[in-house]
Amino acid sequence: MRKTRSRRFIPATALALAAITSLAACSGGGGGGGEQGGGSGSGSGAASGTDPDKFTVMTANENPTLESLLTQLSEDQCAAENEALPIEHQKVAQADVVQKITLLASQDAMPAHTIAGTALIRPDGDLGAAGLVQDLQAALEDSGGWENVLPAAASTEENVYGGFVSMPYQYNIEGFWYNKQIFEEQGIEVPTTWEDLLAAADTLQQAGVQPMTTAGAQGFPLTRLMGMYIFRNVGPDAMEAIRDGDAKLTDEEYVAGAQALADLAATGYFGEGFTTRDGDTSTNLFLTGTAAMTYDGSWILGAVNDPERNQIGGENVGFFPFPEVEGGEGSIEQYPANAGAPMIISAKTYGPKVADWVSCIAENYGGLALNEAGVISGFTVNEEVTDISPNTAEIQELISGIDEETVLWFEALFDPKSNSLASTNATLLTTGQMTAEDYMAALQESIDANK
Amino acid sequence: MQSIFGDRKTIFILLGPALLLYTLLKVAPVAWSFGLSFFEGNTLRGFEWVGVDNFATFLNDDAALQAVWVSVVFAVAATVGQVTLGYLLALLYVFVLRKGSSLVRTIVFFPTILPTVAVALLFKSFVAVGDNQGPVNDIINFFGGESVEVLASTYGTMLTAIVMTLWSSMGFYAVLLYAGLLDIPEDVVESARIDGASGLRLVRHIILPLSLPILLSSIIFSFNSTLKVFDSLLALNNGGPGTSTSPLTLFMYRTAFEYAEYGYGSTIALVLTLLCLVFTLAVFRSTRRKVED
Repeated sequence: MRKTRSRRFIPATALALAAITSLAACSGGGGGGGEQGGGSGSGSGAASGTDPDKFTVMTANENPTLESLLTQLSEDQCAAENEALPIEHQKVAQADVVQKITLLASQDAMPAHTIAGTALIRPDGDLGAAGLVQDLQAALEDSGGWENVLPAAASTEENVYGGFVSMPYQYNIEGFWYNKQIFEEQGIEVPTTWEDLLAAADTLQQAGVQPMTTAGAQGFPLTRLMGMYIFRNVGPDAMEAIRDGDAKLTDEEYVAGAQALADLAATGYFGEGFTTRDGDTSTNLFLTGTAAMTYDGSWILGAVNDPERNQIGGENVGFFPFPEVEGGEGSIEQYPANAGAPMIISAKTYGPKVADWVSCIAENYGGLALNEAGVISGFTVNEEVTDISPNTAEIQELISGIDEETVLWFEALFDPKSNSLASTNATLLTTGQMTAEDYMAALQESIDANK
Repeated sequence: MQSIFGDRKTIFILLGPALLLYTLLKVAPVAWSFGLSFFEGNTLRGFEWVGVDNFATFLNDDAALQAVWVSVVFAVAATVGQVTLGYLLALLYVFVLRKGSSLVRTIVFFPTILPTVAVALLFKSFVAVGDNQGPVNDIINFFGGESVEVLASTYGTMLTAIVMTLWSSMGFYAVLLYAGLLDIPEDVVESARIDGASGLRLVRHIILPLSLPILLSSIIFSFNSTLKVFDSLLALNNGGPGTSTSPLTLFMYRTAFEYAEYGYGSTIALVLTLLCLVFTLAVFRSTRRKVED
């Protein structure tokens, strides 16, 4: 009898202990979240937060240029700000951003300046709703630095984040990059309509040239083409209408976008093995003259300006905007644009010293990034630009001159789950394993389920 | 001795530290995760009690059910393959190669020590198409066929993943089962031979029943590791094309860490644990019945 009791006693104690621990864990997490929910507001421009001990900047492993440029600023133009509040770098893998920032924010340990996930920083996102995201328009207007932000960048951010809350260290426009020499040899004019583009691709294929390359393994380069077709066909507000529930992806004009992408893939214009092709391989196919066109963002300029990678020569690389769809509501002047990965300022640590850092970066980053790394940012260029490639100069000029509204990308306004689904299912759509109707229906179902 | 184990104090002193460590490192996180599956939210947004809603969502979630299917199909195919091949190799080592089997054992075991991601990248390049075409398509082209985009299809990806798993793990099961076969008393095998049993009959009536315990352990071990497959399917094709080769573990990872839904992520983890438990019990029960027969 006694033996039985003692045998039962040990596991019972262990289980009870575990149960208590689990309940304590749950209540602890809940409390933490609630506390954050009532955190500081993000609407004020005045530096109402408390300065941290260091200006900690967390950037993505995949973007070493940003760290290096900010370090250069801290040693030169922003040396005084760095003296008052020294810069300190932290790194995170792009794929771990949401996990890491969610954890840090819940522990009240978010860096002063950090990369974040797009959905997190929107007003209804976890960071936005918790009041942890500083409104940078109000901040820069307060410090007199707002004039250093390009209007196009401000407009793009407003569209995607619901406010100007990210430092626009990159400002990218997207379109088709083409091999001028191949176009000339085949007597092809730069296409301005979708039909022209298909005709040009057909001519190239007939001549034995691979018409296009795309990094299908990443998914998003495929959905970019579909999204742009929809923007040109339905109009620049096409995806806002989906977000607001005024239209469905299963509507005929949206399905037409998915069908256009499926048809494009079925013709074989992307070449063999495009579904498993990664970004670098795809860029190399274009820059070695194997493929005549590629749809990409202006970040490709880094590779175009690299003589080791660019074997066709910068003079043979041209750019044209995504063509119009005949009879569509969109215009060829409406460039798709984005401001890179979001880099927010924590509202909690937005004190006077951080405010000085933000003003200094806004004033000096544009010129430094262009001169030192050939990176086009959403800041104005306030210093003389010397020695940049004609390709970069062309795109920089184009961006400065954008006066039409810009458009986002296909998944920009989706919830994270639907965003992921759009990219992953693109392979099924482009290999004929999923019809255009099924692709859009699955996506719409996901959007409805995650509202 | 009996008086020592009959003393409660001694039991506590001997078991206490290990039990405490086990509770803190194993039982507590599992119980924590179990508790979280009744909540919705994350550490930043806070947690909200939702009762059994997450379980109801799971049962109506097509993506979740597809992930269960992928996990089960992969586990069954990989287990059947790796245990069968492992057993055949073990028989080869014991009855054919005998003492000269050490070189073959080492060569076949070697892939086990390679990191799964490296193996996945290797197999990815084997089946590649395009400018960097791999040897599989080179062979197809050599015989006049057209290149196949293996990783563009669900079947192609799954088949590659299973072949990859078999290649990298059969050596391990072969060694495990080899150790079990060595334990079979030589005199039993000898007397069976004298009675006229040889070849398949010897294996069927003597070797197989006597190696059943180690075979059972291998099957359970294999099921539990393949049901939790993650890195190989992620590195091979990111759970694609689409989400058609995305197992429960990958679905759980994405839900918890990419979409920051810790509650639903914990629910998926619990389902996976239950699945492992059900498979283990099923294997146990079916084999016990066989042994009793």
